[in-house]
Amino acid sequence: MKLKKSTVNNIIAYGLVIVAFIVCQLSLNAGTMSRSLKGQMIPICVYIVMAVSLNLVVGISGELSLGHAGFMSVGAYSGAIISAWLLEGLHIESAIVRLILSMLSGGVFAGLAGVLIGVPVLRLRGDYLAIVTLAFGEIIRSVMNCLYFSIDSGRLHVSFNNPSLPGKLLVNGPAGAKVVEKLATFPMGFALILFTLFVVLNMINSRSGRAIMATRDNRIAAEAMGINVTKYKMMAFVTAAVLAGMAGALYGLSFSTVDPAKFKFDTSILVLVFVVLGGIGNIWGSIIAATLLTVLPELLRAFSDYRMLVYAIVLILVMLATNNPIIRSLFDRLVRPRRTASNTQRGGASE
Amino acid sequence: MSENTRKKRMLDTKMVPAPSHGIIPERDYYSTPVLEARHLGIEFGGLKAVDDFNLIIGKTEIAGLIGPNGAGKTTVFNLLTKVYQPTMGTIMVNGKDTAGMNTVQANKLGIARTFQNIRLFDNMTVEDNVRIGLHNQVKYGMFTGIFRLPAYWKQEKAQHEKALELLSIFDMQDLAGAQAGSLPYGAQRRLEIVRALATNPSLLLLDEPAAGMNPHETEELMRNIIKIRDQFQIAIMLIEHDMNLVMGICEGICVLNYGRIIAKGTADEIQANPTVIEAYLGKKKEG
Amino acid sequence: MVSFLRFLINGISLGSVYAIIALGYTMVYGIAKMLNFAHGDVIMVGAYIAFCAISYLALPPLVAILCAMAVCTVLGIIIEGLAYRPLRQASKLAVLITAIGVSYLLQNSALLIWSPNPKVFPTVLDFGSIRLFGGDLVITSQAIITIVANIIIMLGLTAFTGKTKMGKAMRAVSEDKGAAELMGINVNRTISVTFAIGSALAAIAGVLLCSAYPTLQPTTGSMPGIKAFTAAVFGGIGSIPGAMIGGLLLGIIEILGKAYISTELGDAIVFAVLIVVLLFKPAGLLGKPMREKV
Repeated sequence: MKLKKSTVNNIIAYGLVIVAFIVCQLSLNAGTMSRSLKGQMIPICVYIVMAVSLNLVVGISGELSLGHAGFMSVGAYSGAIISAWLLEGLHIESAIVRLILSMLSGGVFAGLAGVLIGVPVLRLRGDYLAIVTLAFGEIIRSVMNCLYFSIDSGRLHVSFNNPSLPGKLLVNGPAGAKVVEKLATFPMGFALILFTLFVVLNMINSRSGRAIMATRDNRIAAEAMGINVTKYKMMAFVTAAVLAGMAGALYGLSFSTVDPAKFKFDTSILVLVFVVLGGIGNIWGSIIAATLLTVLPELLRAFSDYRMLVYAIVLILVMLATNNPIIRSLFDRLVRPRRTASNTQRGGASE
Repeated sequence: MSENTRKKRMLDTKMVPAPSHGIIPERDYYSTPVLEARHLGIEFGGLKAVDDFNLIIGKTEIAGLIGPNGAGKTTVFNLLTKVYQPTMGTIMVNGKDTAGMNTVQANKLGIARTFQNIRLFDNMTVEDNVRIGLHNQVKYGMFTGIFRLPAYWKQEKAQHEKALELLSIFDMQDLAGAQAGSLPYGAQRRLEIVRALATNPSLLLLDEPAAGMNPHETEELMRNIIKIRDQFQIAIMLIEHDMNLVMGICEGICVLNYGRIIAKGTADEIQANPTVIEAYLGKKKEG
Repeated sequence: MVSFLRFLINGISLGSVYAIIALGYTMVYGIAKMLNFAHGDVIMVGAYIAFCAISYLALPPLVAILCAMAVCTVLGIIIEGLAYRPLRQASKLAVLITAIGVSYLLQNSALLIWSPNPKVFPTVLDFGSIRLFGGDLVITSQAIITIVANIIIMLGLTAFTGKTKMGKAMRAVSEDKGAAELMGINVNRTISVTFAIGSALAAIAGVLLCSAYPTLQPTTGSMPGIKAFTAAVFGGIGSIPGAMIGGLLLGIIEILGKAYISTELGDAIVFAVLIVVLLFKPAGLLGKPMREKV
């Protein structure tokens, strides 16, 4: 059987990701990587996963979500708490087992949050849906500001708005969650990227993924074809939440503390910028954009104070340029000649 | 209701009095009709867009719904497919009441449709559009799809073959890999029919299937509509402004004006009906 | 009881600020159909301009407010012309990201010009206060001015959109750009004027906001901006009385929630109420439900 074009593309792309990982790992081992870049390796992995999962919602299912960082924070908090409990409650010594279990639980809790939020949110449309996801992101952050967790001889205690808990405080309201041990590693980040790609790409090329894209392209037609629109929007939304939660757990476990301010509205927007600049619905574009734009502020260090200003100007100019009809047609002429040729061929066959 | 009055009532509202064309396969007039709409109506802010719409469509019948612009034809389709919830009356599909159902459930019960303003999944391929139609006949879940379990490969292959088979009705199998939105207009209309057919309906609703087609294409479409009916043994109801098509293939025609049925009957009866001529045909220059 | 009244008045006062911002937001959204995330930052710019005019140039408060309005009006027109107008045919997301870019640009420019250190906004609207219940209930002149300003602005806008030629053009453009253009309405100019009005209102709101909460820093505008948008959605986007009601309710809910439920959860309560309202009235309190043509 001849392999499908999408399959071939996917194999090449997986290969490129693996090569990129090996190069980074070799450079890390050889010590040629700059210190600041070294510190960026895990965040890059996290943001790639965030961008790809958000692209599942924005690009594939076609709903604008402005609260993706909310799921990341749920994952980060559950990861921090569960990892402490795994060590002190269950006495699991192996760091990698704890890391994997923490990430999985981060995914599970974020997924649950996704279900809770998805039920009301996905009944709305368009900008209303967007503003409600934003609202939920802010609600999650406000709630975390009031959340207290402690661990006392292996048992977890929770309270709301009341810091006086027995034992060691794990989550301390606005001060955030303490991470007992920084478990996150770059190879695990890379493994998470591969897992995310595997889930998202396979999903797109399956019955569920096609149904999700159908609801995006034309909601009414999809319903008329017997597709339960809410179910498939939900599927995309919750899957993205689970992946964001796993990424959040990894992210949280790469710091010594995670505070709610890390998951402000700006973080959701940052990830959305990756998705839009990478190309809506374009998974590989998300990866490249997330990588470049995470590194870019570091590269712009030369501009010091003007760094974010330059970033803002670059962002506006890129949006204006990519949506300019003249530049677009030029770009199309440069990039698309092959595709047009194959189209005419097809057209010819049909006449 | 006694069996006799039921039969009588059905005959009253039935559009086709007796099999007249040679092309019609034999059918049982007294079996459960595919569609039975009674006193169907909808109000939009006090305005009755459709009122007291009664219609029965038997198995393998080809019915036409005509009327001047704004008569409420597409609204009838929207009511039948539950895009709008009727404010009055009942719709029975294959003997089941559709009260409280949504579009998805109506489709699962056996109603499929095309749209006047084409609603394809533009960014997907032609084949994937048809596969969406096949969605509810494929039964593997999200996890099977993600982890590529054996059921995935088996059913994907079956789906691929079925999609190509359906596309071959309109000789479109070579276009399977093309992007649906990039197809020429006529091909898009044909793809919509294939996609609707893929949901395995017992009643296919076509909203202006010949719009934008040239006479040659329309003629081919007429042949294909009859072919679809014969091959799939389904009932078809169509809205169309091309009178050659309507009069040529519809066994029963229903004329709508200002949301109400003003006439029902065969092509000959409709063409001779003075009310229809006044309301509709008299004003229409072409066709 | 007296404390409840005090909270209620604070709520109405804060709600009036939200309402003024929401009025601008709702007009801009209604006509340009875009989530203008930079709107909150225009508030911040307005407040800084007024601050500079008062503190450095020692101008009287009213002149300072006029200065702020003038600068913000020009700023609004420039932003619309340079960043949004070229994207009129682009996807919604592209416009949204551009708006976010503009928001970053304004915030970071403010950061460079006025430094991140918070400025204490001078008391400009203090003309004494009314004391009721033997001094238990104090209504500041600032609160009264805010509420009165809100009412005047709402009435003015209603008259403007209903009676004037430009107002009618705005409503036409927000209904259908193409049709409005065919009717001879200059769509670009109409949108510019809308942005100008929205930005001028933002400047007023900035001064009023900073009079009540006198800490001024480059991020001052973002949260009120988001909340005002929430208020506009809450009341039904595109509706002028809706924005007013939404803003007032939001302010009252926020203050009462903070007072009686939890200070930290004030924002969460506001957003939770928004979600509940949208679930029952998907187009907001006074919004018109939209039906997609099939």
